[in-house]
Amino acid sequence: MSQIYKVAIIGSGPAGMSAASHAAKLGLNHVLLEKTDHLSDTIYKYQKGKHVMATPNQLILRSDQEFDAGKREDILGKWNDRTKELSVNVKFNAEVKSIKGTGDAIAGSIQKMVARARDGTTTTTELQRMAPPYELTLTSGEKVIAENVILAIGTQGNPNLMRCPGGDLPHVTYQLDDPYVVVDQHITVIGTGDAGIENARGLVEDEVQGNVVTVLNRAQKSTNVRESFATAKEPNAKALVDDDAAGRLTIMYETETKEVEPGWIVLATRDGEERIRCDRIIARIGSAPPRGFVEGCGIEFASQDRLAFPTLSPVFESTAPGIFVIGALAGYPLIKHCMNQGYDAVEFINGNTSLKPADQPLLDAKFAGLPGNRSVEQWLDFLKSNVTILEGMTTLQLREFMLDSDMRAYRKGEVIFEKNDPGSSLFAIADGLVHVQIDPTDKSKIVPIEKGSIFGEVGLISGRRRGATIVAAEDTVCVEISRNAALKLQSQVPTAKKAIERISTERQLLQMFGAGLNPADIKEVVDDAKIMQIKAGDTILREGDDGKEIFVIRVGSMIVEKMVGGKPVFLSYLPAGSYVGEMALIAGGQRTASVRAAVKSEVIKIDGEKFEAVLRTKPALLERARKDMDLRRQTNALIESKKDSISSVVDLWSEQAEFLVAQGLGEATDVLLIDETLCVGCDNCEKACADSHEGLSRLDREAGKTFAHLHVPTSCRHCEHPHCMADCPPNAIHRGPDGEVFINDTCIGCGNCQRNCPYGVIRMDKVPPKKPSLLNWLFFGSGPGPGEPPYKWSKKNMKYTGNPAIDESLDRKKAVKCDMCAGIDGGPACVRACPTGAAIRIAPDEFLTVARLEEESA
Amino acid sequence: MATLPHTPDKGDFETAATTKSSTSTRTPKTAPRVRRDKVTSHDSFLNYGNGRWWKIAIVIAVVSFATYFLIDVEPRHNGGSWYGYTMGTIGFALILWLTLLGVRKRAMTPGRWSLKAWTSAHVYLGLSLIVIGTLHTGFQLGWNVHTLAWALMMLVILSGLFGIYVYATLPKALSANRYDEDGAITEKVMIEQMKQLDRQIHDAAQPLDPEAATIVERSLGENVFAGSFWQRARNSYPGDLTRIAMGELRKLRNFRPRTDDDPFERVETLLSKKEALLAKLRRHLQLKSWLQAWLYIHVPATFALIAALSAHVFSVFFYW
Repeated sequence: MSQIYKVAIIGSGPAGMSAASHAAKLGLNHVLLEKTDHLSDTIYKYQKGKHVMATPNQLILRSDQEFDAGKREDILGKWNDRTKELSVNVKFNAEVKSIKGTGDAIAGSIQKMVARARDGTTTTTELQRMAPPYELTLTSGEKVIAENVILAIGTQGNPNLMRCPGGDLPHVTYQLDDPYVVVDQHITVIGTGDAGIENARGLVEDEVQGNVVTVLNRAQKSTNVRESFATAKEPNAKALVDDDAAGRLTIMYETETKEVEPGWIVLATRDGEERIRCDRIIARIGSAPPRGFVEGCGIEFASQDRLAFPTLSPVFESTAPGIFVIGALAGYPLIKHCMNQGYDAVEFINGNTSLKPADQPLLDAKFAGLPGNRSVEQWLDFLKSNVTILEGMTTLQLREFMLDSDMRAYRKGEVIFEKNDPGSSLFAIADGLVHVQIDPTDKSKIVPIEKGSIFGEVGLISGRRRGATIVAAEDTVCVEISRNAALKLQSQVPTAKKAIERISTERQLLQMFGAGLNPADIKEVVDDAKIMQIKAGDTILREGDDGKEIFVIRVGSMIVEKMVGGKPVFLSYLPAGSYVGEMALIAGGQRTASVRAAVKSEVIKIDGEKFEAVLRTKPALLERARKDMDLRRQTNALIESKKDSISSVVDLWSEQAEFLVAQGLGEATDVLLIDETLCVGCDNCEKACADSHEGLSRLDREAGKTFAHLHVPTSCRHCEHPHCMADCPPNAIHRGPDGEVFINDTCIGCGNCQRNCPYGVIRMDKVPPKKPSLLNWLFFGSGPGPGEPPYKWSKKNMKYTGNPAIDESLDRKKAVKCDMCAGIDGGPACVRACPTGAAIRIAPDEFLTVARLEEESA
Repeated sequence: MATLPHTPDKGDFETAATTKSSTSTRTPKTAPRVRRDKVTSHDSFLNYGNGRWWKIAIVIAVVSFATYFLIDVEPRHNGGSWYGYTMGTIGFALILWLTLLGVRKRAMTPGRWSLKAWTSAHVYLGLSLIVIGTLHTGFQLGWNVHTLAWALMMLVILSGLFGIYVYATLPKALSANRYDEDGAITEKVMIEQMKQLDRQIHDAAQPLDPEAATIVERSLGENVFAGSFWQRARNSYPGDLTRIAMGELRKLRNFRPRTDDDPFERVETLLSKKEALLAKLRRHLQLKSWLQAWLYIHVPATFALIAALSAHVFSVFFYW
């Protein structure tokens, strides 16, 4: 108690452990506080034998601990040994409850914390920051005093707790290590995500266990398990429902916990209260990010965004002086980054202020060869002072940001990108001037974009192809910002978010309504425009309502429906970049059709009156809007007029469109469909897929849903905003030049993409050995023949060398998904290999059209 | 894909509200990077490329007949005349090429080819072989190796015709049979559901008396994939154990007092569920076997044909 540590490190993951090791090496008076009874819990919890990768490869490791790619056990073993060797002062089972300064109040330093309740209301609490040394209170009640604190707790967070009366009783648990040791108990599982389902099923897997398991589900019972178990994977949910049907366990729908008593649980069901026996409760109701705890320490976050990270100085110091934040919590999920930061933070605390960050050589390479001959530091300053959206960044953020971005220099006249190129990166002009060619047939029609501004934001936001060609008008230097870096930027720097939103709204309107308009004309419209998030299935326009707003679809897609003869009929599919609502504005009257989101979307809502004012001053624009409207009316008229003469065809077309949208085509860019009137089930598509891609098929023809003989197999749809990309630690998933979403060789096999894909199209598997050639098989029967080799054959024929490094890489599982046969002449093998013409690849905006209706009725 | 009909501009009608893809801007003069072709419509192998191959096949047939009747061969048309040799050579080359479909199908080489186009050509050129091969014989058929080759060729073609028939008619039924209230279920899922039902039946049969339990057990022991090819193709399983078990169980029930919550009833419900699923799976297997069965004649007959042809060619030149 009386001892004051120089530094207390919280969390013994790669970051914290590296920091503590370096502190030990330097002989600083330190303590490493770990919540569990072992080091590095996150990696400890990896599955046995998991291969841990060491990306980014080019980054130099700077730590007193060793780290290289390898098996989980080896890495943990080395870390444990080295920690002992360095005599790191580790305190296990030491969970920190709070951190408070014990010094004087720091004048003017007040932390504001905003708590958001479920109903959307917010409450703000204020906290006066106190100077160090800090008092760390552990859950055991013990207190630790330290001058500096390094916070390296990661982002795993804590499980959400039950809040009903009795939720703190000892038989309420939040995890289940081994379901097979639990016997003869009455167990209630709360939470119907994958974790809860797996626990529940594990508990009843063996009848001998004699467990009576009840699963509580807040949702309604439905034949569609995706509705009744929205957060679980479909196969898991189905298996659970089957178990229920077989009487192995009980699912209680529309049920919540009211109260927990020893040995019993009181439930609120649709039909009233019910009290059932319960010896153990397993609550798997998600986990909360550690933000609340972190904010309570006086550490400010960059924004209210859920993804925001703490605001840090160039030496990782947070807004609470003496508290440093490193590792995943600071926004660096990769092990190497974490370990380097641990080392750096301790160096800084030890008074070494001239230490250059470990990423210096990487940044040197980024800025090498650019005109101007500036050093890295000069470039960073130059970018900060010249590019508007980067102004609000700290140097630390900017360094990290630049690692994910690229510097590009263009000569005068050089094309930066072409219209219809795929690309989701954002460009910022650091120096020079570019021209946007707004009319591909007439190169003289251009709009200039000045230094400091941005372009390419449409691709960033909508995920669709580039809308115009951009040419450098002078010698130009740009920063190309990857989509991930741009998203991070927007969450870190609120001003950047606003600037990007405003520019994108303005440009989108200008681009949609064509030339002749300039930013000044629509200033009022843009000022008033609102960006709205729309959930899948929500309606933005309802047939028969009054209203004059116009909606521009910015992200996602919408479907237009109208009641004809008492039945909803699908009229059209609107991809991002379209607008709706103009009919009521131009022609007056009520809304003529309903528009609802096919997937989670974002729209720009434009005030009708203000837009009308613009229309009045611009007759050409009005004319053009009228034309668009007439085209839509023709479409509607065509469908409605045909509705009676060929009612069955229209109904089928309409239902088929609905079906496809329900299968996720609303966010697809390129999808494989199978016409089951032609499919003979030969599976040549799967075989061709495997043979074109190192022996693993990326599609399951038979699985998936079918409607009216149109089958959507389990195969990648190349979503506009791929779910798989969302959380890829080595950033291995990209969009290629043909719009394909692919996984490159840096995949570490973590399986995040597989879990994130809502369509189940990614598999984790190891590459089978090479097969003998086709002729060898044809003439001599050697090898397993065309298609994916059977598992047994692969296992038997895998060429192990006895060298663990090579053998281990042979056994490594990687994420595998469709890459649209990129780089293979002739295009997708599945389509080429279909003998009957059943397999087709389509883009939804080209498929869900009236053209197909006309064809079918012809 | 490039060979598929592509109608990009039809889509514009619909998406006209997006100026990005409106008709005026859709056709840039210099398209630097060609977007991968997308199809909004598609055709089957039978009318691939607007019926390119059946048109060609008709031309081949017409030309063959015309030349047959216009060219005067003395003393009469036969395989040994120059005309006969020409037709024979064409026919032999064609047969070898048609055989290569089997290789094409399995060799996933890169390139702008489509198996659909190959199938289409295979079908129509194969049919034109009836004309070419028969005219090659000059209608001189007899009991010899030459006629054997012709007969085998006709067998291959007829089995192929049957194949076209099943390909054109059965896929719809195959697809329809897989429907479920939630969409389509796969063969694997059917088998899994079957196992699941078996487990449920087993559990439900526990309270039954030994006599009834034995009957139920017989249904559980049944192997779905057992049965001869003919049973499968005709979807007829007279000694089906599940059906027998159902019948026996119903019989037994009549001699027992009626009660609420009768375990017999639960077992019976499950058994009838299993029977429905069994019917679905068997129908699936039936359709699949028909879709494949013809190949068991078509392919071996092709190899026999090539062997007979070799003998035919060899003997012709040997006895020159």
